[in-house]
Amino acid sequence: MATPPIRAELEFAVESISRPDAELPAGTGPYKLAWRRLRRNYVALAFGALFLLIVIMCLLAPVYSADIAHVGPDVQNITEVLHYGGKATDVVGLTGIPTGPTWHSQFFLGADTSGRDLAVRLLYGGRNSLEIGAVATLITMILATVLGTVAGYFRGPVDGLLTRFFELLWAYPALLLGIALGVSLQVGGLSLGLFTLQAGSLMVPAVIIGVVYIPYVGKPIRAQVVTLREREFIDAARQQGLGPVRIMVGEILPNLASTIIVFVPLILANSILLEAGLSYLGAGVQAPSPSWGTMISDGIRLIPAAIHLTLVPGIMLVLAVLGINVFGDGVRDALDPRSQVRVGR
Amino acid sequence: MGAFIVRRALSCVVLLFAISVLTFLIFFAFPNSDPALRLAGRTATATQIAAVRHTWGFDKPLYVQYVRLMGKVLDGSVISYTQQQNVEAVIVQDLQPTVSLAIGAGIIWFFFGVVFGLLSAVRAGRWLDRALTIFSMMGVSTPVFWLGAIVSFYLGFKAGIFPNGDYVSITTSPIQWAYHMILPWFTLSVLFIGVYSRVLRSTILDMVNDDFVRTARAKGLSERQVMIRHVLRNSLIPIISLWGLDFASVIGGGAILTESVFNLHGVGQYAADSIQNLDVPPVLVITMFGAFFVVLLGAVMDVVHAALDPRVRLSS
Repeated sequence: MATPPIRAELEFAVESISRPDAELPAGTGPYKLAWRRLRRNYVALAFGALFLLIVIMCLLAPVYSADIAHVGPDVQNITEVLHYGGKATDVVGLTGIPTGPTWHSQFFLGADTSGRDLAVRLLYGGRNSLEIGAVATLITMILATVLGTVAGYFRGPVDGLLTRFFELLWAYPALLLGIALGVSLQVGGLSLGLFTLQAGSLMVPAVIIGVVYIPYVGKPIRAQVVTLREREFIDAARQQGLGPVRIMVGEILPNLASTIIVFVPLILANSILLEAGLSYLGAGVQAPSPSWGTMISDGIRLIPAAIHLTLVPGIMLVLAVLGINVFGDGVRDALDPRSQVRVGR
Repeated sequence: MGAFIVRRALSCVVLLFAISVLTFLIFFAFPNSDPALRLAGRTATATQIAAVRHTWGFDKPLYVQYVRLMGKVLDGSVISYTQQQNVEAVIVQDLQPTVSLAIGAGIIWFFFGVVFGLLSAVRAGRWLDRALTIFSMMGVSTPVFWLGAIVSFYLGFKAGIFPNGDYVSITTSPIQWAYHMILPWFTLSVLFIGVYSRVLRSTILDMVNDDFVRTARAKGLSERQVMIRHVLRNSLIPIISLWGLDFASVIGGGAILTESVFNLHGVGQYAADSIQNLDVPPVLVITMFGAFFVVLLGAVMDVVHAALDPRVRLSS
């Protein structure tokens, strides 16, 4: 009775081994195979490069600010008048409407209502948005991996407690939980024993976003560990006398690596989006620090007079997140051995 | 089935209690500042702060504060500090736009999510699949409030095709109601359409090699019958439970960004306005009710799921 499924599995395995990577020497590692697949996915690589380009541009913000625009991100030029092409334009008009893109070194993308250079702020804001996204992703991934592994490996009451904790955070709509934490931490910051957060610091939204997304990663990791711990190689490690920590770090963690790799771009993209949403509502990055979210938020208040204030940071944000998402999709396809079979159909 | 419902209801009660405790802690215990000061808002006088401290019992131990808070939330006597309004009365009044937004958008995103996902799976690897993939990637990468602002500027303000935000009650004029809701519905749906079509596409592609599909083909059914009656029907199960959760979170305040950018005066916008004034009580109540609603609807969806699929009620 048990023959048909095993046969089907074998056939599938033979099929997937013999088809796409048949020319490779036997024993090529899974990550090398994944890298080969990713390298052939030009669309994913192009979007990954786009994201990398945005990161580099934002990192070079001080250079742009000092050598090209000659103005800092917080410098206000309300009364300045620009002379381009024999025409004088106020940086901020008499009605309070800022100038649009000049396409020159100064105010390349225009100014905001306080007469600050939009392009300079865009790059500095990008640094903040990306930094918050990166820190939040780091927090989510580390905590979710640790908690998920501990819950799945020990089972019993520890698992019960941690699973309830995941369920609890998961019950809140992500944005609402972020808002609740953002509003309550905005005034006084946070102090839990040794861990303190200054109110108004960029780390407040980063920590909030990092916590909000824990269950979205922790639950699948726990589920994977639950099945991994029953496998023979874990039994073998236990028989050799390895302790739980050695087993979790040395045996289980390497098997979680591909799951973790797939989640990183997903969480990074969503963290950047959540930061924008929180900042738009006033529960994220606090003035005067720029971020793409706060810049869009300031811009939306000036619709319809100055649409460029909304368009510029928004397009930058969409491009960055799109870059991460498409690249992440490519990484997932590359790591999932079945994806080759899928695309071929 | 009875045992399953009882078990599910019990775990639901535990979770609701935990939510109320966590929400309480978020607003009263975690912040490194005087809760009375924050609750009283930005422009409070010393007497107001003293009154707040007394009514919420901030001079008492934490469990007394928790009991007082829950008493206020459950008998509907929470008062906002900037406008001195009864928070729950405002929420009830604001539910109509929120529910209108959720129902319309829910139908739109479910329909287009399923159609796009199915087309994408059937045409996997072809140009239609690529185009739909690009669309769904754009959908999941665009912040909803930015998209809302842009479409209402270009289609509403510039082109004048659609109204520029605001909500018209369905009882006043059903046509105006729908006309005002079209942009918010589609804006909110874009993200979900992207997610759903991707999920459905990969579920279908995982399923087309399953034994029951092979059997259906072997019986001599046409490809269309195999796809619609067998593959799609089974692939919809995860989509429907996903839909239940997302729908609940949209009603529970999850559409806060869409509501405030289109000025719909719903529950979400009430929360957004309260954040601007750092008016804590409305944010607290909406957060708690939002999570309650997600949990309750999640439990209902589970019971429905168990009624449809005996494996679910026996395994858990």
